[in-house]
Amino acid sequence: MRAAVLQFPGSNGDTDALIALRSLPGVSADLLWHEETSVKGFDLIVLPGGFSYGDYLRCGAIARFSPIMQAVKESAAEGIFILGICNGFQILCEAKLLPGTLIANRNLLFCCQKQIVRVETDDSPFIKNITPQSLLHLPIAHGEGCYVADEATLAQLNLNHQVLLRYADATGKASKEANPNGSLENIAGICNLERNIFGLMPHPERACEELLGSCDGRGIFESILTMLQDQQ
Amino acid sequence: MGILRNLHSLMKARVTIMPQSAVLDPAGVATAHALEHLGFRGVESVRIGKSIELEITGATLEELHKACRDLLTNPVMEEYRLELLS
Amino acid sequence: MITPALVAQHGLSPAEYEKILSILGREPNLEELGVFSVMWSEHCSYKNSRLELRKFPTSGEKVLIKAGEENAGVIDIGDGWAVAFKIESHNHPSAVEPFQGAATGVGGIIRDIFTMGARPVFLLNSLRFGPIDGGSQRARDNRHLFSGVVAGIGHYGNSIGVPTIGGEVYFDPSYNGNPLVNAFCLGILRHEQIARGAAQGIGNPIFYVGAETGRDGLAGAAFASRELTEESKADRPAVQVGDPFREKLLLEACLELLATGCVAGIQDMGAAGLTCSTCETASRGGTGVEIDLNLVPKRSADLTSYELLLSESQERMLVIVNKGEETTLQRIFEKWELPYALIGYVTDDGKMRVKRGDRVIVDIPARVLADEAPLYQPEAALFKQPLPLDLKTLREADPITVLHQLLAYPSIASKQWVWRQYDHTVQTGTVVPPGSDAAVFYVREAKKFLAATSDCNALYCSLDPYEGAKIAIAEAARNLACSGARPIGATDNLNFGNPHKPEIFMELRAAIEGISEGCRAFNIPVTGGNVSLYNESQLSAIDPTPTVALVGLIEKQEEITTQYFKEPGDIIFLLGEFGSELGGSHYLLVSHGRKEGLPPRVDFANEKAIHEGLLSLIQGGFVQSAHDCSEGGLAVALAEACFGNSNKTDTRLLGAYIDLGRRDIRSDVALFNESQSRIIFSTPAHKASEVEKKLQSSGLPFSRLGVVTQQEELIIELDQKIYNWQTKILYHSWSTAIPQMMNRLN
Repeated sequence: MRAAVLQFPGSNGDTDALIALRSLPGVSADLLWHEETSVKGFDLIVLPGGFSYGDYLRCGAIARFSPIMQAVKESAAEGIFILGICNGFQILCEAKLLPGTLIANRNLLFCCQKQIVRVETDDSPFIKNITPQSLLHLPIAHGEGCYVADEATLAQLNLNHQVLLRYADATGKASKEANPNGSLENIAGICNLERNIFGLMPHPERACEELLGSCDGRGIFESILTMLQDQQ
Repeated sequence: MGILRNLHSLMKARVTIMPQSAVLDPAGVATAHALEHLGFRGVESVRIGKSIELEITGATLEELHKACRDLLTNPVMEEYRLELLS
Repeated sequence: MITPALVAQHGLSPAEYEKILSILGREPNLEELGVFSVMWSEHCSYKNSRLELRKFPTSGEKVLIKAGEENAGVIDIGDGWAVAFKIESHNHPSAVEPFQGAATGVGGIIRDIFTMGARPVFLLNSLRFGPIDGGSQRARDNRHLFSGVVAGIGHYGNSIGVPTIGGEVYFDPSYNGNPLVNAFCLGILRHEQIARGAAQGIGNPIFYVGAETGRDGLAGAAFASRELTEESKADRPAVQVGDPFREKLLLEACLELLATGCVAGIQDMGAAGLTCSTCETASRGGTGVEIDLNLVPKRSADLTSYELLLSESQERMLVIVNKGEETTLQRIFEKWELPYALIGYVTDDGKMRVKRGDRVIVDIPARVLADEAPLYQPEAALFKQPLPLDLKTLREADPITVLHQLLAYPSIASKQWVWRQYDHTVQTGTVVPPGSDAAVFYVREAKKFLAATSDCNALYCSLDPYEGAKIAIAEAARNLACSGARPIGATDNLNFGNPHKPEIFMELRAAIEGISEGCRAFNIPVTGGNVSLYNESQLSAIDPTPTVALVGLIEKQEEITTQYFKEPGDIIFLLGEFGSELGGSHYLLVSHGRKEGLPPRVDFANEKAIHEGLLSLIQGGFVQSAHDCSEGGLAVALAEACFGNSNKTDTRLLGAYIDLGRRDIRSDVALFNESQSRIIFSTPAHKASEVEKKLQSSGLPFSRLGVVTQQEELIIELDQKIYNWQTKILYHSWSTAIPQMMNRLN
């Protein structure tokens, strides 16, 4: 699998994503500068976490106009896999590659903590290796992670199994207490209708080593790898 | 008009808060560059602030100004303009 | 033109002005007066503390760059890798504008690290505020400062992507109106990547890179420059605003630039920005620097020369490039879309010469500014040892209540409200996040485990600054030992009041001597640090607060240790004496409202032996958890060990059954004394007898205390009395104290 990690001015999760990807067998991963105009030859595009353009104006609002995003949009339509982590998710929403938007955490505080998310479906290349209703321990670290969308969009997301991850407690309940930022319906990660684009607020790339407290993020990367290998 | 307090009339006001001119506005700077990337050639300045719309009864204009100074703005870094809308 | 009033306004004494006249052989102009004023200010020259600072041990076989040589000290960590680290304060700006004061403090310390050629890898911070509980205006102000500072640190650190992984927060009335914000940063580099802040190479071009210059941080004297030159509306000097996005770009651009080898010297623009960086680089290089202010990128066109020279606009660096390699810099700074400008050249005449177009406006020998500020030795009062605590005057408070009080006291209570606002997971290296005795970070490229902690019990220092400072080092080293690390270096942030008051200068001197003794005992150098003086208001000065931050190395991953009990059945030991000292204890303060007595004594030989004893057990695989006894003594340490990692996702707590046997001492002395050199650790049941044998043959003092239990109850038996607490209730007191105070509606 050839993966590209996009690098915007202000991205700071790019090397983390690179390291996580390179730890998987058979994966080559490279940084791709935001001024590049092509993503040809890559199987997976990762928009990493961070504060592209300082999160100024709105998170992801400026990054979406990068030259590379034009190429990403075109390749998205052709079915390339795209993973947006945290700020990457925000950029995908601003670019209208995913529905809805991320706004300030309801308590107006940045929140960094270990979080449990519940896998909602296995109908996605990004989590097909993981049993639905499994609980993953992934760190979150964001100030603007509250997912909102209008009623029609939410209905659509639920109908089409586009909600891939929800914030949950240790018993697996998507309760209010387990929701760290006020996201509607505890939504932590969604995919597009065509299922090739996945955006999530938690950081799977920060949960790939026991040393750091959790390996639950590997499943997501391994799922993509399996999918691509199956395709060949 | 400022001294009289009409307890029943609804005052509608808009407070526009901007960073003081000598203070750095990082968001404004980043947005200015982004506009240049979108193709604008003559971007001289971009400054970003916030707009607060109030509907309030039983308050005098003087009291509103005090609220602006004490609460709504950070007087160390910001300045404000208060407009009555009604 | 230069009147005595103007000289005074610039903070220069008549004698200092005489010295300037004799150095220059003429009157300075206003800009030169401004330059002297800032370079010879306490803040830049340390003129009142430098003679004392020479007492610090700064050498060592692992020291690659010593304290005072460059912007930060550098220590070898093996295999060709090194770390650069330092702590710095931003106290006064944070009192004025807490968010930006703290944010720019973080920005400043990060620049000090990457200007050395190191990639910043993690941050710590040490914060102090006045009390935050209650409805008084003062408490409200303190809450405002506290939340603003924490938000500002988070804003800057999170955005730039350097994790904040540890630190400390204390609350005490002595900090009312004078919050302390000390920020620490550590960076990693290869030996050959060390960059120097010297203007090397006659004729080399000097570049200004980074953000444009504005009126940020200009002192009141800058007003004078405007009023003298123009009739215009004098803008207020602007609060320094940090732009972490710009600094992230600057960081990447500078590291990329340094990697090309085209840089002859690099220096960040911090205090006194352009002035400081030019004369310091010239002085270090033994050369001169000539720059033209017309070429400096400006935020507004009407900045005066005075303002340009003294501005403290953030996110700017001075880079001396090898002649002929200018295009390398241009290419990189254009890629990262950062302003840059060629503003001058390195000369051979040892002068700091500043022009505005054709006019020379500053012409002063660089060395005089950077290194030859007059040094002073203020008068020191004699230390009056406090009276020892008379136990007969102390009612034995009920331990059940006391433990709750202590755990709910903001200085001891859980700081999770604080560190949840810091991204402590970015850069995928944080092995032990905030909450334990020391933070542990894995530097992937170097394959090294670093531990770091910041410490200072200012209560002890207020009673006896020398003993308190010794304890700061001892406690920091102990915290490192509890995480499995041995210390390799220390950095200090000396926060004090007005040094011209003999009482305060005595405190400063004593603290420096205490830290020096501690560092010598542990054979570690002080790599650099910061002095912040004049932290006082009309009411009073702050307690003497010599904050230290120690960095340590952990040999192997298996040796990384945390303070949390792990498994029911694990046996709990106390390594060290049982202790009895209540002087200066938090028990005395919190439960009796008394700040008195002799602080505990520390014997470094004993302390070191305890650390080595623990490390040897850790290396042998015997230790499940280790936690030092500090504020609140044994009982607080036991409770904290039962709480576990508050960042975990399961809510299980553990308990402990402790039998202290017959001691025939007061319960408060037993449970809450703060004698030094004590560590509680736990070991798997089947290894306990071997541990006992090892400790017995080591000759170290120790006691077998009890066992970790599944039941969520802390039970302590002493002198045939049983004290017990539900750990869930203790946890509630501890974990909700600060959030409850901060979530008040007013």
